[in-house]
Amino acid sequence: MMYDFFVDLLGNEILAAIVTGVPPLVFILVFVLFAVWLERKVSAHMQDRLGPMRTGWHGYLQTIADLIKLIQKEDISASANDKPLFNLAPVLVFAGTYAAFAAIPFSSYYIGSNLDLGIFFIIGISGLVVAGILMAGWSSNNKYSMLGAMRSAAQIISYEIPTIIVVLTVVMITRTLNLHTLSEMQTGYFWNWMIFGGPTAGLEKFLLIPLMFIGFLIIYTSMLAEVNRTPFDIPEAESELVSGYHTEYSGMKFAMFFLAEYANMFAVSAIVSALFLGGYQSPIGYLGNLFDAPWLIPVEQFFWFTAKGTFFVFVQMWLRWTLPRLRVDQLMALCWKYLIPIAFINLIIVGLITVL
Amino acid sequence: MKEYFSNIWVGLSTIAIGMKVTFKHLFVPAVTIQYPNVRVELPERERNRLYVNMDDCIGCDQCSRACPVSCIEIETVKGLPTEDLGKTSNGKKKALWVTKFNIDFAKCCYCQLCVFPCPTECIYMTDVYEFSEFQRNNLIYDFVTLTPEEREQKKLNYQKFEAEKAAKKPVTPAAEIKAEVKVKTETPPTSSDNSQQSNLKEPGENKGS
Repeated sequence: MMYDFFVDLLGNEILAAIVTGVPPLVFILVFVLFAVWLERKVSAHMQDRLGPMRTGWHGYLQTIADLIKLIQKEDISASANDKPLFNLAPVLVFAGTYAAFAAIPFSSYYIGSNLDLGIFFIIGISGLVVAGILMAGWSSNNKYSMLGAMRSAAQIISYEIPTIIVVLTVVMITRTLNLHTLSEMQTGYFWNWMIFGGPTAGLEKFLLIPLMFIGFLIIYTSMLAEVNRTPFDIPEAESELVSGYHTEYSGMKFAMFFLAEYANMFAVSAIVSALFLGGYQSPIGYLGNLFDAPWLIPVEQFFWFTAKGTFFVFVQMWLRWTLPRLRVDQLMALCWKYLIPIAFINLIIVGLITVL
Repeated sequence: MKEYFSNIWVGLSTIAIGMKVTFKHLFVPAVTIQYPNVRVELPERERNRLYVNMDDCIGCDQCSRACPVSCIEIETVKGLPTEDLGKTSNGKKKALWVTKFNIDFAKCCYCQLCVFPCPTECIYMTDVYEFSEFQRNNLIYDFVTLTPEEREQKKLNYQKFEAEKAAKKPVTPAAEIKAEVKVKTETPPTSSDNSQQSNLKEPGENKGS
């Protein structure tokens, strides 16, 4: 969408591709600045503290101050590091996350590339993150980093299975992998969202609601595990592994991991909301339709999309400050004994419903 | 099979309970106190930096002797019979010039043991607790209100007086008194002089808002 628009505008495909990359990057940077601050405030208030209060109103400039600190820091790499991999890893982790933003539909006009394989592309390209994390752990030449990276890889690969199965259940109803079309199908009011059975009607919708709700829970849990957030943060378990695969990193390279983590949190929330909660569709209709101002609709859609995404990011933080960390065996048990069988049964039932 | 489903149920329901608790705490007022801007009201009997009201000090040295870490150093010089050193606020007559009254707050353990023996209640705890220094020497507080020259003068006066007393017999008392008065006008007793050391703060000045 945005790419086509820029091709028309600039008349040059390469230039258009570069320009198309800018808005998601700006969005990521602004969102990360906000999310890091939000994380600190949420964690603080959940523990009856105040969090950052000194930099601006309730510390809203704290992240910028931290960023300046990180830029100033010395870029340390130990002598035993595998230098090329060590330097490549943070870039790769961020690239994997950033690439996912290409297919995320922010609004009906603001979608980097309107891929027909949108959700498939996102899940596939997220695999780069695993490679980056493994690279970081290996090249650090540090046993804690290595353990963290191994755990992370095992975890992400395990939890991709329930994610993909749940995505399949959704795709069986919508019959498309294109996130833009998928969002357009959920238009109207909130009862057209996939979590409430999507654009189906009658008995089918009634039967689909509990199944879609289970699917939503499974995909949210497994997505949470994929971004290595508590309670699934064993790859960075502070009490066991210092801080996992990014132990050896400092300065801007560490900042890139941090950026990737928070960008990933949003990407995951965005996918969940695009699949199950109508994506950029408003739950209560548009002001643009009310006032006969069509230009307002994409703006509203962008607002609803970021609102949903931010809400799920907030829920991730909420869970982080509620739940303790899982053990490795518990983590694997949750995935292989609970999420995958339930997701499979869910898939079969939904398949039967859609066929009949 | 039953266990399997009960596990799922327990997992989900306990997560919900936990999330409810944390969500409630999101709106509980924070216990944090924004310290330099907001200060806690100190308890009435809080023990902090000592203060000595030299107007009332009679130089009895009891506080120094009570001190378990010997952080109070006092030196006194007897006042001459002709000098009027004034009275303390509870009516005791002062007889000694206090030429040295140092408290080393680097040593002080804030036990308040020096406060109780004081007969005139002139040494007491204040609510000042922010007096950190970069130099340890700066923590030695000098409470004497006399200027260094005055202190020397008092010592000298007393030595002179003693010397004169030793060689007293033939000397007429009137002449001596005259000489003493002369000295006195040169260096008036500074019990009314309120100029204090710069790092001494009156109690209550730093009171929290």
